[in-house]
Amino acid sequence: MPAVFPFSAIVGQDEMKLALMIAAVDPKVGGVLAFGDRGSGKSTAVRALAALLPSMRAVVGCKYQCDPDDSATLCGECRACPAAKLKSHQVAVPVIDLPLGATEDRVVGALDLERALARGEKSFEPGLLARANRGFLYIDEVNLLEDHLVDLLLDVAASGENVVERDGLSVRHPARVVLVGTGNPEEGELRPQLLDRFGLSVDVRTPADLPTRIEVVKRRDAFETDPIGFGAQWAKQDLKSRKRILAARDRLGQVTVSDKSLAKAAQLCVSLGTDGLRGELTLMRAARAVAALEGDKSVDDSHLRRVAPAALRHRLRRNPLDDSGSGVRVERAVAECLPA
Amino acid sequence: MRATATGWSDALTAAALLAIDPVGLGGICIRSGAGPLRDHWLETLRGLLPEQTPLRKCPPAISDGRLLGGIDLAATLSVGRPVIERGLLAEVNGGILVAVMAERLAASTVAHLNSALDMREIVIERDGLSQRIPSLFAVVALDEGIGDERAAPSICDRIALRVDLTDLSRQDMIGSTFCADQIAAARGRVGKAKLPAHALKALCSTAASLGVASLRAPLFAIRVARAAAALDDDDRVRDAHLELAARLVLAPRATAIPEASSAEAEPAKNREPEGAEQHVPEDAQLDDLVLAAALAAIPPDLLKRLRVGDQDKLRSASVGKQGMSRVSKQRGRPIGVRRGELRSGARLNVLETLRSAAPWQSLRRRTQSQLVGADRAPRLVIHRDDFRVTRFRERSATSTIFVVDASGSSALRRLAEVKGAVELLLADCYVRRDEVALIAFRGKAAELILPPTRSLTRAKRSLAALPGGGGTPLSAAIVSATSLALAVRSKGHCPTIVLMTDGRANVCRDGHSGRTEAESEARDAARQLRVSTIPAVVVDTSPRPQQQAAGIAAEMNARYVVLPYADAAKLSRAIRAHMQA
Repeated sequence: MPAVFPFSAIVGQDEMKLALMIAAVDPKVGGVLAFGDRGSGKSTAVRALAALLPSMRAVVGCKYQCDPDDSATLCGECRACPAAKLKSHQVAVPVIDLPLGATEDRVVGALDLERALARGEKSFEPGLLARANRGFLYIDEVNLLEDHLVDLLLDVAASGENVVERDGLSVRHPARVVLVGTGNPEEGELRPQLLDRFGLSVDVRTPADLPTRIEVVKRRDAFETDPIGFGAQWAKQDLKSRKRILAARDRLGQVTVSDKSLAKAAQLCVSLGTDGLRGELTLMRAARAVAALEGDKSVDDSHLRRVAPAALRHRLRRNPLDDSGSGVRVERAVAECLPA
Repeated sequence: MRATATGWSDALTAAALLAIDPVGLGGICIRSGAGPLRDHWLETLRGLLPEQTPLRKCPPAISDGRLLGGIDLAATLSVGRPVIERGLLAEVNGGILVAVMAERLAASTVAHLNSALDMREIVIERDGLSQRIPSLFAVVALDEGIGDERAAPSICDRIALRVDLTDLSRQDMIGSTFCADQIAAARGRVGKAKLPAHALKALCSTAASLGVASLRAPLFAIRVARAAAALDDDDRVRDAHLELAARLVLAPRATAIPEASSAEAEPAKNREPEGAEQHVPEDAQLDDLVLAAALAAIPPDLLKRLRVGDQDKLRSASVGKQGMSRVSKQRGRPIGVRRGELRSGARLNVLETLRSAAPWQSLRRRTQSQLVGADRAPRLVIHRDDFRVTRFRERSATSTIFVVDASGSSALRRLAEVKGAVELLLADCYVRRDEVALIAFRGKAAELILPPTRSLTRAKRSLAALPGGGGTPLSAAIVSATSLALAVRSKGHCPTIVLMTDGRANVCRDGHSGRTEAESEARDAARQLRVSTIPAVVVDTSPRPQQQAAGIAAEMNARYVVLPYADAAKLSRAIRAHMQA
C-alpha cells in the first residue's frame, strides 16, 4: 500500500478533522458526509484517518473480525463456539474503500463463484460490508453511486446487520459500519432522504488565504519528495491524536449530559425546524464525543456550539434551491440559542 | 502569430516533461481535432519514452469490466474455476493511457481513472473478485471537443499539463529538439533539484490571482518546474522553470484575469488581495514574473468563456447523464432471469446457469468422455444454451424542459412570477430526481441556458440570472425545445416541455420582426411538436388570458394553463398534476 499522508499534517479543515475524530470515538454518531471543492483534501483526510486509528481485538479467523468481548454482536459462527475457545488477536481497524463501479454482489456478499463452479456447492462469500464490520466504509463520490447501492448501505449502517437474500442464499451477519462519504456537489446532489441518514455533514472549502495555501502545497510537496521521512516527522503528532481517541473512548461513558444541555439542544433543533429526533440525538452524541476528546466531564454549551453546524446543517427542511448555505442558518440559530 | 509558434514549442516541451515524470505529472490534456499535428506530437512522446513503455488506447465507451478487469467467462467455464481477465488499467501500469475523445468519456470511466490516479493502484470489487493491483500511469487525454464540449473537469484537475493545438497549422510544426537519451538522463535527476523558498509562494499566489481554486494546480506546477530543472540538468529550480510551469499548468486553468482585459503584470499585482508583497519586495518580483508568464499564455477566448458562464460546471453534469443512460443492462432493480447471450455487458446469473445445466450433466459428461477420454472430460459441461442473464429495470428518468418567455412584450411584467413558479417546479423535480433543462427566449433567438441536469443549485442560479426584454421569437423557442426533447428521448429519458409564454410572437426564426409572419411560424413549429408526440404544457403568462397562447397550445396538443396571479404554488400544482397524469 502506498504511503499515506499523516493526519496531523493536514492544514486547516478543522471541521472535517473533528468530524472524523468524533466518528472514531463514537461510531454511533452515524457516519460523516463531506462535500466540497475539488482538490481540497477530502480523500486525503479519510485515508489519513485509517493510519491513525488504534488497533482492535478480533476473533482469529473470523470473516467479520468479531469482537470477542462483546457477545451481543458476534456472528453466527463465533456465537456457536464456546466463549473460552475464541482466540483473539490485534488487528487494524478496517477502512475499506468502496470503489465506484463496485457491483452489488461484492458489497453485500454473494455466492462463492469458485466453489459453485468447481464443486457445485452453494456457499456464501462475504463482501465489503463484512470486511468493514467494526470499521469504516469509505465511499468517494458518494453522489455518483447508484441509488440502490446507497439505499442498501445506509440501511445496513443504520441496522448494524447485513441481510443477504440472493442467489438462493439467506445469510445475515453483523455489519456495524461507519459510513464516510465524500463528493463534489457540482457533479450531482445526494437525495435529500439520504442526507439526514449521515450523522455529521461537513462542507469542505479550499482555503482562500495565501499563507494557508502555501503551507498546504509545501507539506504536500515535502510528503511527495520523501514520504517516509515526512511520515516520521509527524509520527509523534499522530501518536498524540491516537492517544486522544483512545482516552476519549474510555471517558465517553462517564461524560454526563445535564438536562439543561439537553433542553438547549432541543431548543436549537426546534428553532431550526429540523425533522424528527435524529438531529437532537446526533447533536447530543457528537457533543459528548467532543467533551470526551477535550477531557471534560460533562457536556456544556461550547461543545454544542462546536458540533451544531456539522450535526444539523443537512437536516434543515430547506428549500433545496436556497443557495444561502444552511450552515449560515445554523450559525444564526446557535448564536441565538447558545450565546457565547 | 507569435502565440501559436510558442504553442507548438510548448507542446514539445510538455511532451519532454511528461516523458521525464509521467506518474508525477499525471498526464496531459491535448485539445485538438484529429490530425497530423496531434499524431506527430504523440509520436514525439512515444520516441522520448523508454521502448518497453506500454501505451494503451482507452475508447470513450469502454466497459467497466474491460477497464478494471473482471472474470473471463469463456476461460472460466472451460477450466472450471474463475479466470481473471486483466483490465486496461492493470495493463497500462508503468505506461501511458491514451484516452481518445476524452470529452465523451462516461462519468463512471472518469471516476475510475480519477481513483487510479489518486491511489496509484486499482481496487477491484466486482464479479466475485477482490483485488488491489498497482497501476501507475499517465493519461494523455485527447480532447476533441468543439465549443463548450470539454473533457471532464475532475480528470483535468488531476493531470498537470494542458496544451491547445486547435489553432496551430502544419507550418508551425517543427521537430523536437529533445532526444531520448537526454530525457532518460533527466529522469534520473527528477526531484533532486532544489526548490528555492520563494518559489512556492510565487506559484501559489499566481494560482490565487488567476482564480485557480484547486490546490492540485500549484502542486503540479512545482513538479513541472522540477522536471524542467531536471531537463536542463540544473541543480536548482530557476525562475525560468517556474515561468514555464506557470505557463503550462496555471494559465490554462485560469478562471479569472487579475486585471480585466489587461495582460500586464504591474496592475495585476495591486489587485492581489492575499499578496504579502509589501514586506517581501524581492519575492514580489518573482511573483510578477510568474504571473506575467501565465497571463501571456492564457487562451484569448477566456474572457468570453467566463462571460458565458462557468462552462466547466455546465459540462460536468451532462457527462454524468451520458453515463447513466448507457449501462441500463447492468443496473437498476433486478426483475428476473432469462436465457440470453453474454454479449455487451449482460450480467450472468451463475446459480440459474448452473441450475439449467445440472439435469444434463451425466449425459454430457458421457458424450465428452467418448470424445476426449474419461480422464480429460471436464467436471462441468456448460453450453451456451444454459446461460441465464439477469434482467434489470432501470427507472426511466424524466427530463422537464422549461421554456421561459423572457421577452419584453408582457412576460417582463410577470417574469418574476414565472421564475417563482419554475422554482417551485424545480423543487418538485429535485425530490423525484428528475432532470431539468432551461431554455429562455428573448430578442432574436432562443438560448439553451441550462442543458439537462440534476444539479438544482445550478438550475436556480441560471434562472435567477435570466434577464428580460426584447422581442418574442416564439417559433425559435418551440423548435429548439423540440430538438432538445428529441435528443433527451433518444437517450432513453422521457421529456416533458413546459412552455411559459403569452403567445405574442413577433420575431421570426431568421431574426426579423413581423407579427403575422412570426405567429404563423410559431403555429408551424407547434404542429411539428405535436407530430413528435412529446407531452407539453403551455402556461399563459399574459395579464389577461389571450387567444394566441391558447391557439399555440391547441396546435401542440398541449395542456393549456393560465398563470394565476401571484400564486406560484397553484401553477406548480397544475403542472404537477399534468405530469403525473
